[in-house]
Amino acid sequence: MAGWFRKPSVLPGFGLTLGFTTFFLSTLVLVPLAALVFKASSLSWQDLLAILLDERAVASYRLSFGAAFLAAAVNAVFGFIVAWSLVRYEFPGRKLVDAVIDLPFALPTAVSGIALAAVFSPTGWLGQKLALAGVQVAYTWLGVVVALILIGLPFVVRSVQPALVEVQRDLEDAAETLGASPWQVFRRIVLPAVMPALLTGFTLAFARGIGEYGSVVFISGNLPYQTEITPLLIVIKLEQYDYDGAAALGFFMLAMSFVMLFAINLVQTWGRRRQAGAGR
Amino acid sequence: MAGAAPRVEARPLTRGARLTRAVLIGVSLAFLGLLLAAPLGAVLAKALAKGWQVYLESFADPDTQAAIRLTLLVAAIVVPLNTIFGICAAWAIAKFEFKGKSLLITLIDLPFAVSPVIAGLVFVLLFGAHGWFGEWLQERDISIIFAVPGIVLATLFVTFPYVARELIPLMQQQGSEEEEAAITLGASAWVTFLRVTLPKIRWGLLYGIILCNARAMGEFGAVSVVSGHIRGLTTTMPLHVEILYNEYNFVAAFAVASLLALLAILTLVVKTAVEWRAGRRRA
Repeated sequence: MAGWFRKPSVLPGFGLTLGFTTFFLSTLVLVPLAALVFKASSLSWQDLLAILLDERAVASYRLSFGAAFLAAAVNAVFGFIVAWSLVRYEFPGRKLVDAVIDLPFALPTAVSGIALAAVFSPTGWLGQKLALAGVQVAYTWLGVVVALILIGLPFVVRSVQPALVEVQRDLEDAAETLGASPWQVFRRIVLPAVMPALLTGFTLAFARGIGEYGSVVFISGNLPYQTEITPLLIVIKLEQYDYDGAAALGFFMLAMSFVMLFAINLVQTWGRRRQAGAGR
Repeated sequence: MAGAAPRVEARPLTRGARLTRAVLIGVSLAFLGLLLAAPLGAVLAKALAKGWQVYLESFADPDTQAAIRLTLLVAAIVVPLNTIFGICAAWAIAKFEFKGKSLLITLIDLPFAVSPVIAGLVFVLLFGAHGWFGEWLQERDISIIFAVPGIVLATLFVTFPYVARELIPLMQQQGSEEEEAAITLGASAWVTFLRVTLPKIRWGLLYGIILCNARAMGEFGAVSVVSGHIRGLTTTMPLHVEILYNEYNFVAAFAVASLLALLAILTLVVKTAVEWRAGRRRA
């Protein structure tokens, strides 16, 4: 290995491990993703735009992005309250609750999907009561939001928790001694300190929600133009052997993923810079 | 993932603060109960709706057994491959300084950022009947899509980052002095890895493997796209759950789902145990 490429080290195995890593990464992830980009770019501009701006596709974006945004917003509020309770209060079962937060990561999405459908369907345990109040969750857009709240919850809680631990308690105490109300302490000291983490969690949950498939399709009803998410539309196009349509929509979703990755990076850089500024 | 909750500092509370505490804990528990406990309870209740006998009988179905076998097979191929990859990637990234490292880390995380449906779609575009290699494969009578190899590929894709992502920060934080000492004293590369590095990273490695395994066994979206849903042949457990559910065979669907839920709970138990051990060592 030439010196400009890497710093010298006595440790062995650089060529072998980096070689295998890049080979495995390329064959399994990069080449397949490049094939998708290539397939989509082999379409003419008119065809690509016709597929992407089709009325049914646009309706699916509205649902996918709208529901993911709403779910991430709900998680930002309730996930924050959960993280706060776990970090600041001692209560029976706290350790168990803390462990259970990761359940949506570990639970297969199909299981979450049918379980939520069972709870929220009009004959289900909670769905029955909601139906009496005139609210239907399962098989409507609300069902999509509920599924995405479940999927996104751990992202917000696990982002906010460490940031809350880091908040300087002596600053809060000082503010309190100087006559600040608890709400003022929260607004002026706690919230600014955890804002970058909260925003990171929100963005992660939002990004995950846009692409989510398994937990949504069981509870959404999957009606074209109404409760059809974009990933499902891709699956439907594939089932009809419409590879062009599937590739175009897939390319769009992939581009959105990159935008989200970029956004997450920006939020984290902003957070780091703020923290560095506060330390000075 | 920063799980392990440290002890809460005990402080005297005013009446208002006590009220706030009660309300916030109440809201948290209600939210989590609704979102996590209720669905989990529903899985159990639906699986046992017609009693233990019927619950157990649902596992006697040959298609269900085939689905369980396929899921185990896929995990047995995917988890070791991604473990080897994860160790290699972490060694290269944590032990050496080279150009393009942060780009490599970003690319390794890429499968987490894309929709599982895309993970299936890319392989259909490559190997499907109308894909790039479709004709070539058909002439040679090789099937990848709507067959087990496609399921393995899609699962490899979605579980790709798990082990690497656990090991990279861990090994970066541990540094390389001990490995450098071992090599300088004449230990071979392999002995250095086995005797010096492996004992230091084993809990993180175990955690990564467990997460990788849970996702490999539970993946739905990506596998659903490439599987073709051929009963007893190309249906993994999550896909079999969907088939049973759509046939209104709820007891059987939730019975298989209960196995997957059990797997998830076991994963969380191991995760908590690993974090508890790591936390104790730090203390």
